[in-house]
Amino acid sequence: MAIDTGDTAFIIVCTALVMLMTPGVGLFYGGMVRKKNVISMIAMSFIAFAIVSIQWVLLGYTLSFGTDISGFIGGLDHIGLNGVSLDGEGIPDMLFMVFQLVFAGVTLAILTSGVAERIKLSSFIVLGLLWTTLVYDPLAHWSWGGGWAHSLGALDFAGGTVVHISSGFGALALALVIGNRMDYGKYSMEAENITTTLLGGALLWFGWFAFNAGSALSANGTAVNALVTTNISAAAGAITWMLAAWAKGKPSSLGMISGAVAGLVAITPGCGFVSPMSAILIGGVAGLLCYNALLFRVRRGLDESLDAWAIHGMGGLWGAIATGIFASAAIGGVDGLVNGNVSQFLVQILDAFVAVAYAFGMTYLLAKAVDKVMGLRVTEEEEYVGLDISQHGESTTA
Amino acid sequence: MKRVVAIIRPEKLNDVKAALEEKGFFAMTVHEVKGRGAQRGICLQYRGKQIKVDMIPKVEIEMIIGDGDVQTVIDTIKLNARTGKFGDGKIFVSPVEMVVGIRTDDEIIS
Repeated sequence: MAIDTGDTAFIIVCTALVMLMTPGVGLFYGGMVRKKNVISMIAMSFIAFAIVSIQWVLLGYTLSFGTDISGFIGGLDHIGLNGVSLDGEGIPDMLFMVFQLVFAGVTLAILTSGVAERIKLSSFIVLGLLWTTLVYDPLAHWSWGGGWAHSLGALDFAGGTVVHISSGFGALALALVIGNRMDYGKYSMEAENITTTLLGGALLWFGWFAFNAGSALSANGTAVNALVTTNISAAAGAITWMLAAWAKGKPSSLGMISGAVAGLVAITPGCGFVSPMSAILIGGVAGLLCYNALLFRVRRGLDESLDAWAIHGMGGLWGAIATGIFASAAIGGVDGLVNGNVSQFLVQILDAFVAVAYAFGMTYLLAKAVDKVMGLRVTEEEEYVGLDISQHGESTTA
Repeated sequence: MKRVVAIIRPEKLNDVKAALEEKGFFAMTVHEVKGRGAQRGICLQYRGKQIKVDMIPKVEIEMIIGDGDVQTVIDTIKLNARTGKFGDGKIFVSPVEMVVGIRTDDEIIS
């Protein structure tokens, strides 16, 4: 099959739109921290994108999509983009490579939630490189690059396990290793600028169309189904989270946008396999589930600061399982539990829980190692002054 | 009457506000300010370089109270704003000549 210019044009545009999700995460998170850490939070997303961009072309792509080694990791045959050509089937191989690159970038940006307002920038860079190599790349290989989950037939259309379970449960592990922010629970640490967070959330919702529809790798009906289910699920998540928060007090805009992101996360693995009506359920449940996960985290006094675990981790876990429940052969060629295919449901559960255990365990070990060698956390004084000044020498007011 | 101006840590504002409220002092004006004290800010070591942060964000509480309440207000603020470290702040007390209520036309001359 030769290059299809329509598909190629579509994926080039999708790649650019997905890139916008990374600064989107930065703004989403930046609005939720205190004024003295806004720059640090937004900058970490940009830095994540920059370092993963280089890691991916040198090593990440081949570890994810190189020739399979024991179902676990890709070989080094594409190291430094060796053999990645401008030809391909439908779209150029090089375009597929860069479309995958923007996914890896945004995933590391999501992970910054667990260390917000207290990590040393230098340690974040080292940890980020190790994490993307030893956590993200194997997971991408398992799901998409011919690894064990792929061979078992596990469905992950656009990255429920690879992107969301990995970053969500990774953020939880990081938060446990680095510890709570100074005076967490003692003083209010309310969102500094909701407008910024809403803008970041809007960019995420917008970029997610390309994230999910583009994962069809072709401008076809599957891409359209992914686009439609993505929007429906986001809307359903926004509404259920908002209603749940309303029942307890006020319908906060922060809850509404968090619910939308929860819906987006949950539909990601199944967007090309489930119907639009299933998407209402998937997103609606995600809004309620992730909201309750957040309340649970707060009750436990655990400072996974910006709720990557509650939203991406738990939303991704639910999405992977929901794909096994609602998949329909009429849409994506595979049936799930509601259509009588029990084995697909079990495969989804296995895939999701292995991803949870691997992402959490491996991130925990990497964080411990970096902490031991160079220290993960800034000093108490630097944390008090804020990371904008202590790590970047800049502040939002000057 | 006296004007009490207290410069405190921003993270202590809620504690101080609640404690003053408990003692019956509601009226206050709060400003976000920046400044430095006798220790000249905070000195950070960053990769061998020294970074001086001398304008630290603080909160300024301004209250106009009766002469007899000065000690209570000062004690309440001190108790609730103190961490024991540099940068806990200062309290200034000065006389007030007159207070005028804009809606009520009340004039109180001290």
